[in-house]
Amino acid sequence: MGNKQTVFTHEQLEAYQDCTFFTRKEIMRLFYRYQDLAPQLVPLDYTSSPDVKVPYELISRMPELKDNPFRQRIAQVFSEDGDGHMTLDNFLDMFSVMSEMAPRDLKAYYAFKIYDFNNDDYICMWDLEQTVTKLTRGELSAEEVSLVCEKVLDEADGDHDGRLSLEDFQNMILRAPDFLSTFHIRI
Amino acid sequence: MAQPPALVLNVPETPEDQGSCDEGEMHRSFHQLLQEQSQCVAEEGLELQPRGPGARAPTASESDRQALLGPEGAVVHSTATLRILASMPSRTIGRSRGAIISQYYNRTVRLRRRGSRPQLSHPGRSARPSLRLYDLELDSAALQEEEKRVLLVKELQGLTVAQRDHMLRAMPLSLAEKRCLREETLTPREKRWGQRGRRGRLSCCSRLRYACVLAWRDLGLGLLPGLQALAPWRRALKRIGGRFGSSVLSYFLFLKTLLAFNALLLLPLLAFIVGVQAAFPPAGSGPVRAFTGLELLTGGGRFTDTVMYYGYYSNTTLNQPCAPPPDGGQCTPEGGGLPYNMPLAYLFTVGAAFFITCITLVYSMSRSFGESYRVGSTSGAHAITAFCSWDHKVTQKWASRLQHDKIRTHLKELLAEWQLRQGSRGVCGRLRRAALLALVWLLCLGITFGCTVAVYIFSELLVEQSPVSAEREEAQLALPLVVCLLNLGAPYLYRCLAALERHSSPVMEVCVAVCRNLILKMVILGILCYHWLGRRVGALKDQCWENFVGQELYRLMVMDFLFTLLDTFFGELVWRLISEKKLGRGKPEFDIARNVLELIYGQTLTWLGVLFAPLLPAMQIAKLLLLFYVKKMSLMANCQAPHRPWLACHMSTVFVSLLCFPSFLGAAIFLCYAVWQVKPSSVCGPFRTLDTMYEAGKVWVRRLEKAGPRVSWLPWVHRYLVENTFPIYLVSALLLAVIYFNIQVVKGQRKVICLLKDQISNEGEDKIFLINKLHSVYERKERGRVGGAQEAAMPLNLLTDDRDAW
Repeated sequence: MGNKQTVFTHEQLEAYQDCTFFTRKEIMRLFYRYQDLAPQLVPLDYTSSPDVKVPYELISRMPELKDNPFRQRIAQVFSEDGDGHMTLDNFLDMFSVMSEMAPRDLKAYYAFKIYDFNNDDYICMWDLEQTVTKLTRGELSAEEVSLVCEKVLDEADGDHDGRLSLEDFQNMILRAPDFLSTFHIRI
Repeated sequence: MAQPPALVLNVPETPEDQGSCDEGEMHRSFHQLLQEQSQCVAEEGLELQPRGPGARAPTASESDRQALLGPEGAVVHSTATLRILASMPSRTIGRSRGAIISQYYNRTVRLRRRGSRPQLSHPGRSARPSLRLYDLELDSAALQEEEKRVLLVKELQGLTVAQRDHMLRAMPLSLAEKRCLREETLTPREKRWGQRGRRGRLSCCSRLRYACVLAWRDLGLGLLPGLQALAPWRRALKRIGGRFGSSVLSYFLFLKTLLAFNALLLLPLLAFIVGVQAAFPPAGSGPVRAFTGLELLTGGGRFTDTVMYYGYYSNTTLNQPCAPPPDGGQCTPEGGGLPYNMPLAYLFTVGAAFFITCITLVYSMSRSFGESYRVGSTSGAHAITAFCSWDHKVTQKWASRLQHDKIRTHLKELLAEWQLRQGSRGVCGRLRRAALLALVWLLCLGITFGCTVAVYIFSELLVEQSPVSAEREEAQLALPLVVCLLNLGAPYLYRCLAALERHSSPVMEVCVAVCRNLILKMVILGILCYHWLGRRVGALKDQCWENFVGQELYRLMVMDFLFTLLDTFFGELVWRLISEKKLGRGKPEFDIARNVLELIYGQTLTWLGVLFAPLLPAMQIAKLLLLFYVKKMSLMANCQAPHRPWLACHMSTVFVSLLCFPSFLGAAIFLCYAVWQVKPSSVCGPFRTLDTMYEAGKVWVRRLEKAGPRVSWLPWVHRYLVENTFPIYLVSALLLAVIYFNIQVVKGQRKVICLLKDQISNEGEDKIFLINKLHSVYERKERGRVGGAQEAAMPLNLLTDDRDAW
């Protein structure tokens, strides 16, 4: 199957295979999923590496993402300019990191960026409140949310500066063996 | 929080050092600054109080903590302090590609020096660069990045292809950058080979080597999608995971694991026992009986004298071209043909299959344990719920809503539990609770005992009533029926009793339920094993008792399957109809623990019966395949995901451990007892002339001793290592020593973790202290400067603002 496709050159496909956790067949399948999102926008020939971005609104309507409360943050983290509009590289990168072969460190790094809503390289109290509100769909009262956030900071903040750094987050992830199976999107 | 601008840090005291990455310089400049200020402070008569151990008061740390909080934080630092903070190494994670590249450059260097694959489980250093590698000025930071990038590319070229790919994949860079790095890393040779066009100036050997490496890689990559396509049910598993989450998915993944184990068990049996015997059928078998439908249930009748059971297998050497002369001398082989010693093959194949299964089980159990156990993992429930509990696999709207509800409930429970712990229960309450728990456990154990006694009495009745097993095959179904009924009914009783004891944590509930069901099943199986090996062997003295045991196990398996189907039908479909129409509640929950225990029970039956019915794993595979589709259909139509959060990772470990310890261990003990202690029947089977099945091996060893000096090491090994008990004691003592050593290591690691946590906490406080001191120093300077400038004329104000570059 690999030699008959005309979407990518052989070198491009090799490069994708070496840099992501997908095989050739899966990359082609992902490409056709990407193309289905915007058939008029995405050309069927990527040998010249066209600069095409699928807008965020179409990405967020994918069945794998449409009911995910963090879909906007996920798209923003993996897109090039942080606005949620994704090129094919971003798309492949996103599903490669969220696949089951990605190692824990890589997933923890991107999870940290996803939960850092204000992009200041720390998960502060405000970020935590956003996370908990999104998780519970706003059904917890404000003081319950702040109580939960305080307990999270108590448990995970190692250097007691009132927010979680990447190391704190990674330490906490190490203690949660379920992280690998929940931070996983099947495509 | 406003993004602090990442500006150049001008350290005015040493202007010529702009652009140097000398850590010492920076420390010296700050040291100078602080000295200056402490002189001012000393002049003003204030003194810095030393922070003693009591001085780490919560008020101090709280105010310090508040100094760094979000946009609504009380303290606003001066712009100078903010600029310094913005240039701190820890702030540049994610923004600085240079940091990531330099980190991966260091990793690659270490890897090349070590010359081994990187450990996936090793946490490694985070993306935080050390001060040495980080440059303070932005322009030369770009230069540094370029240098580092070139170095990284050079290092990557020094790795093997697999290591390079592994490094590239694990880097947290964007895909476009990874492709650029890879492009630069490809050696010209590889590029040429990639184009498959020209021939390079390579020697013949290295060209051949490259061709082999590339062909191997292509083969592996070509096989990989094939293997993945072979992996069945990818779409079905995705649908199940999408609708019900990881918890229910863990049941189906466990089913897949069991399929793999059975396939592993079946292959050597098919190749070395069943296939060979089917190719050389024994002479003088009885008349072929007619096929009635009952054989499918009872396993007897038409199936009795087939490869399915032990009794069919011959006890001679197959395919022997000559018959041994009557005086016992050697025979000269005439034609071709490999003689095949059937008894030996039977014994060794079953032993080897069990050994391989044991190794695979222990390996998968230890790997699963390694992934799920963490030192100090009991704390941190809130953090883990907040960050790790959302299952991104879930794709349906209603399933997603269910997840929201589940997480909300869990968070509320955690908060309630914490508040409850604040106000502890009185002694009376605790005593009452303990008494209730003891009562429920006693009742459950009583039910177990009752079931066991019932099975025992029933089996004794059967032995006394009909010692001849040939007639009345329908009556043979009675014992399996009773056992399955008890296995079905007792767990429901346990569930009713468990409603009395209200456990605080749902994990405890599941553990307790699993324990009780497991005890029941294992005790019943134990009674049945005693019944077979203890009583039936004696009762069926001149008949083929092994066939009988094999058929009993076949019947048990078939009955178990039928009852599972019935339970699925009544427990899920009918209960859903009742629950929705009459009771008005929603769909019933899918009881994961009970279903997994049923799978483990079925697998135990297979392992028990392999010695007496070598085709039992094939039946188990067929049963598991059917079960997958039946359970999937019933799940989609009738059930919903469990409400309580389910620690999928921990529970998978528990299930694999349960599969290993009571289940496989029990079957192995049964097998060893049957092989070593029980006299095989004298009318059928491959061991009919021997005292024990193990004697086949001893006979062969004795024959080897006579065969000559070339193979004399085998009898020696047998005499001194297998039959002697001293090596076993030695190996056990060594194993115990290794286990003790590992326990001590883990204890030491726990202590080190506590110490490191304290150290991090202290460093954090130091950092906050320094930042606040820095802020106050700059403020003082600002005030001093403003005070001085006020004396000058008004237009000069603009100049001072400009000069206030730090």
